[in-house]
Amino acid sequence: MSDNFVEVQGLRKFFNVGNNRILKAVNDISFSIKQGETLGLVGESGCGKSTAGRTIIRLYEPTAGSVTVDGVEVTKLSKSKMKAQRRNMQMIFQDPFASLNPRMTILDIIGEALDIHGLAGSRAERKRRVEELLELVGLNAEHASRFPHEFSGGQRQRIGITRALAVEPKFIICDEPISALDVSIQAQVINLLMDLQKKMDLTYLFVAHDLSMVKYMSDRVAVMYLGKIVEIAKSEDLYANPQHPYTTALLSAIPVPDIEDEGRKERIVLQGDLPSPINPPSGCPFRTRCPAATERCAQEAPELRETRPGHLAACHYA
Amino acid sequence: MRPILEVKDLSVSFDVFGGEVQAIRGVNFTVNEGEAVAIVGESGSGKSVTAQTVMRLIATPPGRIKNGSIMFNGRDLLSLSEKEMRKVRGNEIGMIFQDPMTSLNPTMTIGSQITEGLVKHQKLSHSAAKTRAIELLKMVGIPNPEVRLKQYPHNFSGGMRQRVMIAIALACNPALLIADEPTTALDVTIQAQIMELMKDLQKQMNTSIILITHDLGVVADVCDRVIVMYAGQVVETGTIKEIFRNPQHPYTKGLLKSLPRLNQSKDEPLIPIHGTPPDLIKPPQGCGFCSRCEDAMRICATEAPEVTTISETQMVRCWLQDPRAAKGAGMGKEESA
Repeated sequence: MSDNFVEVQGLRKFFNVGNNRILKAVNDISFSIKQGETLGLVGESGCGKSTAGRTIIRLYEPTAGSVTVDGVEVTKLSKSKMKAQRRNMQMIFQDPFASLNPRMTILDIIGEALDIHGLAGSRAERKRRVEELLELVGLNAEHASRFPHEFSGGQRQRIGITRALAVEPKFIICDEPISALDVSIQAQVINLLMDLQKKMDLTYLFVAHDLSMVKYMSDRVAVMYLGKIVEIAKSEDLYANPQHPYTTALLSAIPVPDIEDEGRKERIVLQGDLPSPINPPSGCPFRTRCPAATERCAQEAPELRETRPGHLAACHYA
Repeated sequence: MRPILEVKDLSVSFDVFGGEVQAIRGVNFTVNEGEAVAIVGESGSGKSVTAQTVMRLIATPPGRIKNGSIMFNGRDLLSLSEKEMRKVRGNEIGMIFQDPMTSLNPTMTIGSQITEGLVKHQKLSHSAAKTRAIELLKMVGIPNPEVRLKQYPHNFSGGMRQRVMIAIALACNPALLIADEPTTALDVTIQAQIMELMKDLQKQMNTSIILITHDLGVVADVCDRVIVMYAGQVVETGTIKEIFRNPQHPYTKGLLKSLPRLNQSKDEPLIPIHGTPPDLIKPPQGCGFCSRCEDAMRICATEAPEVTTISETQMVRCWLQDPRAAKGAGMGKEESA
């Protein structure tokens, strides 16, 4: 337990959607992340991966379960203690166009984080610190006086990263940080995130649906389906030996930007859509789309168990 | 192969508060019968404007078609009246839009949205149109079409709505289908379904397809030929084999290198393209890619490169490939392809 920097145990987040219906967005997930490690969290839209990220940082109050970061159980903290704890854990948001206040200058957007945690003594010091941070992420000090609309998507995402870094956090949740960016810009931001990780010994939870980026970025990857983690393993191992039929299908669906057909896995096209998390299927949540589903899958929910060393999968037949 | 669409010297501008945005600047390309052509490029490169201009969907003003011709089956679409154009849209050219969530009418049933074109263009009776609509929904893989026909878009998931969009686009058996980022809003598993569907339909009906996308993976999977756009110009065209195996333009090369491969190790850094695309209110005097190009020469900043023919099918707009360029110019950093 001790060497795990982030420990998530039995986390659940249910939303009441009216008419006594409950949407189980995150339904009993557990995982841990070591210091300096990147855990990728992947899945289709609606699988609960973003909700999981937001619940861990308590933007949503968890329905049940515990989250421990750096030895502090954040799920038990009072509001004021939580505010202090957020200095340790920050978030980078998906949409760089919506997550920066258009009426504030970059100096104030980043400075606000310093103000909240009382990290800047004087105005001059605040400005100096913001300028330092901007240079750290590859922007210029002069950019501090500008407004968000004066920047491109990639630059805005750098500003979002700067804001998260301003309070010197140890753990950052990246919620699809590159999905709103152009391909040629994505690599810039990914390289920046990986550089910063090395420099500052950051721990990342990297939420995304781009499987090739996640593979590249992460040490370990967790695959979510309908609010549950169905497989978690070292990223090379997961991509080379997927154990869960959902992971296999997900990997085979990645369009490969190359024309050589050798080595490309045969594509498994999943039929149908994600079932509703309001009324999930009995037993294994994936059985309605699984090519190998049997009677047993409808009756018994599979447990997440070790199928190979360090490789966990939730499938009866893995 | 017979060309079905020939775009020549097309230039489109938008007059905005800050000046004239030269969204496309002299674009040339052709699409042959039964061929799937990809237009790739980043946001702002002019790929969607090109598609919308072919369909004459550009709002004028602020848009303005400054120059060029669009020959479709022997007629110049730019010279047609709005009334004549309406007979082309949806009938001879079908279009699939990017966002399946907003491009269907939320107040009309799926059935009436599919039959609308059939009744108008093909002069089918309502009952015949309905039968055809059921056929189409079956073809795009929607279960229970008889029931689904009476439902509204909100009853459908994203992938299903995109299938409905495809059914509408294909309703009148168009000779050309323009798909503007048809899978960008969808998950990979659903994207795989839609791509398989488009490939099947192309084979069955011999429809020509223009696929607009920024995902090179999708391109490799579906298309025969690729058009690479940058800053409102076509910078390179070629067959997929030429583009993926022997790219000539530094931008094309950069795009291919900035993508992680599944077998790439974490220690190998991605090679990003530095900088951002130019502002098309003041398009650069020389090559549009010059400020981001590692191999830029003096001439690149001052004069726009001409088109150089590499092979019968591959063309590039880059000074490095110009026959007058010194042999080996800019090759220092290139590994042999």
